[in-house]
Amino acid sequence: MAKAAAKTKAAASASVERRPALAGRTLSAPGVKVEMLPPAERISLRAPQASLAALSKALGLTLPVKPKTSAMKDGRTALWLGPDEWMIIDEAGNDPLADCAKVTALHSAVGISHRNVGISVAGPAAAVTVNSGCPQDLSLEAFPVGAASRTILGKSEIVLLRTAEDSFRVECWRSFSDYVFTLLSEAASDAAN
Amino acid sequence: MLLIRCPYCEEERPELEFRNAGEAHIARPTNIAAESDDDFEKFFFIRANPKGVIYERWRHIHGCARFFNAVRDTVTDKFVMTYKAGEPKPAKLPGASK
Repeated sequence: MAKAAAKTKAAASASVERRPALAGRTLSAPGVKVEMLPPAERISLRAPQASLAALSKALGLTLPVKPKTSAMKDGRTALWLGPDEWMIIDEAGNDPLADCAKVTALHSAVGISHRNVGISVAGPAAAVTVNSGCPQDLSLEAFPVGAASRTILGKSEIVLLRTAEDSFRVECWRSFSDYVFTLLSEAASDAAN
Repeated sequence: MLLIRCPYCEEERPELEFRNAGEAHIARPTNIAAESDDDFEKFFFIRANPKGVIYERWRHIHGCARFFNAVRDTVTDKFVMTYKAGEPKPAKLPGASK
């Protein structure tokens, strides 16, 4: 497989190279494309109401306080996961953990960049594909663009973000990534029918 | 699929995201070391297990991950209402005639 070949090549060049799970894997089906997203910086942020202003300032975006919403600015996305819990994903290469370190207000920021992998599901049948394993209502009324939620996909927990009307970002733990990707691939092939 | 309203997410979510966490409103004794064995048994093991309306703790584990309380009918499996953890037991249930 291409994946195995890429692995051997990487192993030959450097011993401390970062090797994201399933890197480069893609699947194209009629109506939907599933692909692994490039590595990103991520943190898990827990903070009380009183610290939000200081953290928002340090992170450069306003942390959303409404359930199932997200905020995005300059390649950095903050996803509301719980009443005092957020996931920050930075795709611009900046480190949100370093930004939070400067904040003296009470908070807990944990780097989870390597714990998660992102999978993009895009195309007219994207919602159908995700819905094959996710029981949430993904219609545009219930789950509009920018909506984000921790939920379940088959047997694995995922964080789901709607990046566009026909595009989703699925975040899962890297050890579950093979399962999640395979499930989405199978669903993508089915969604066309 | 059974839909359960999460008081923190403020909407109904599929039951697969939730997990039951036992009976609600069980207060831990303030001085547990001084409890007699009988009282401890009552607190620790004995549950009401009613046929009908039950007050339970539930956790939105694959969602906001918060614990909350729910009133459920064990006969019909219908959720009467849900409310945030720490809030008092509702005095009157919606739709209850008596």
